[in-house]
Amino acid sequence: MIQVEQLGKIYQLGRHELAALRDVSFEIESGEYVAVMGPSGSGKSTLMNLLGCLDLPTSGKYRLESTDVQDLNQDQLAGVRNKRIGFVFQNFNLLPRATALENIELPLLYGRVPNPREIALDALDKVGLADRAKHRPNELSGGERQRAAIARALVNKPAIILADEPTGNLDSKTGEEIMGIFSDLNRDGTTLILVTHDPIIAGHARRTLKMQDGLLVDDSAVVGENAPC
Amino acid sequence: MAMRSLAANKLRTFLTALGIIIGVASVISMISIGEGARSQTLTTIAKFGTNIITVKPGQKKNRHVRSGKVETLTLEDAYAIDKHIRRITGVAAQVYQSKQLKYGNKNSNSLVRGVGPAYARLANFKIDRGRFFSEQEVKSFRKVAVVGATVVKNLFQDADPVGKILKVEGNNYVVIGSTEPKGALSWFDPDDQIFVPVSTAQKRIFGMDHVEAIDVQAKNIEDIEAIKKDVKQLIRERHNIPLGKDSDFFVQNSSEWLNSWGDAAKTFTYLLGGIAAISLMVGGIGIMNIMLVSVTERTREIGIRKAIGAKRKEILQQFLIESVFISFLGGGVGIGLGIIISKTVSKIGGWDTIVSFQTILLAFGFSVAIGVFFGFYPANKAAKLNPIEALRYE
Repeated sequence: MIQVEQLGKIYQLGRHELAALRDVSFEIESGEYVAVMGPSGSGKSTLMNLLGCLDLPTSGKYRLESTDVQDLNQDQLAGVRNKRIGFVFQNFNLLPRATALENIELPLLYGRVPNPREIALDALDKVGLADRAKHRPNELSGGERQRAAIARALVNKPAIILADEPTGNLDSKTGEEIMGIFSDLNRDGTTLILVTHDPIIAGHARRTLKMQDGLLVDDSAVVGENAPC
Repeated sequence: MAMRSLAANKLRTFLTALGIIIGVASVISMISIGEGARSQTLTTIAKFGTNIITVKPGQKKNRHVRSGKVETLTLEDAYAIDKHIRRITGVAAQVYQSKQLKYGNKNSNSLVRGVGPAYARLANFKIDRGRFFSEQEVKSFRKVAVVGATVVKNLFQDADPVGKILKVEGNNYVVIGSTEPKGALSWFDPDDQIFVPVSTAQKRIFGMDHVEAIDVQAKNIEDIEAIKKDVKQLIRERHNIPLGKDSDFFVQNSSEWLNSWGDAAKTFTYLLGGIAAISLMVGGIGIMNIMLVSVTERTREIGIRKAIGAKRKEILQQFLIESVFISFLGGGVGIGLGIIISKTVSKIGGWDTIVSFQTILLAFGFSVAIGVFFGFYPANKAAKLNPIEALRYE
């Protein structure tokens, strides 16, 4: 489903070049649950941006479901983000002035999907937030906000969900709840990519990609007691 | 979606719209005042007839009239024009001075205008009661008078003046008619005058031999230029003015007046409208300013929208809708306010104001265009934001 070949990203910082990502290659199959780990500055955020089609690589190839992403223009990238990718951020990134339901409708509106309200309500129900539909983000708890964000991420039935430190702003109990939701989603067939520096969180995934200095240093499928059953 | 952010910043939205409100209101009120002044001027001038050519003594050079004490035109010139010039329907020589009028114990100081019988028709005076005097009465220096509506009101207390004896400078004149009111201009009331035979006025009242103007009415407006030329030539011959020397009289017509007045009023309107348009422009800059602030404030929101799949066009649209809505709102309220202002001005100032549909359309279209124009730069800035940086923005 995801094929990354010698992916590189070089940032131009004034006269210096910063290679944030160098020759990274891997494949992710449909239905996988992958954690990307590494210290800050290791290139995991850059990898995340590239996988999420928020940015284009300066070298290499990224193929998402038979689409060569590096050949797309800005609007086509927006289309891919809308239809094929769901984002879950550390700080939730919900629109503060919109209700939970409206936040979840938004990708459907941009995707011109018919009956957005029903689909959004469905997604809310899936994350157990049906009774909070009319609440604004500041009226929700951290866990509820992240659940709303997850509902928004999956509402367009994306090929992959990218989660960037999804539990970083939550207490450990709420974090576990969120991870439970992810595990459920993965069991239902959603491909998940999780960026984290927390090994316990990464332990939920069945495969871990370790990044360092822009290089992929370890790619191991973790099969063990932490994996969800 | 766009509406939500406007609603969340009600005061800001209102203040931004205020710039447009003031701009549109001033465009509408200024243009309506200008248009009103123009049409009022034109209708009053048109009351005096547009197909009239006037011959006056003196010289006209580059729009300036050099007159002084010139006594070159005579009643005979008028008769000659009547006799020799073709394509005209009437000639009326006139002399005029302000004189003391008296009836019973009532006095007034009014204009006494000595004219020929054709004058009433030429100058659009309609007979209300009685009749105007005849050529015969002019020839025989008869002491008859036709009085204007204001005179009827002031001296005769609106009673029927026909047959009454009016004293002009102490001499008795029989009133044989009165004219319908024409309505006063700001500088002159055409109804506050009496008409006497031009010959009577010359010999018996003013003691003069010349005339102060000769009005010639053209049959068709198109002939006016030709008639002017003919009249000029005829009077030059009569005055024995050799070729190459300046005439001692000049010929003008009321449509010239009408045009120059119309042009002046139009310039006035454009000027007012231009000043108002500048304030509309300033309002537009206000919109741009606030939209730029709004884009910066909402950088993160833009990042989120882009991350979940908003295309550039959609972000652009969202911000453009906001700025257009502000100017739309401002335009709507401004139109209302502009109409109220112009109505108030016409009520207080006694001015006519014309709020035309075109003016409203123009102001409204202009304000919406300003919303698009000044909203485009901020909206485009928002649309071009890099989603990663926008998401990271605190």
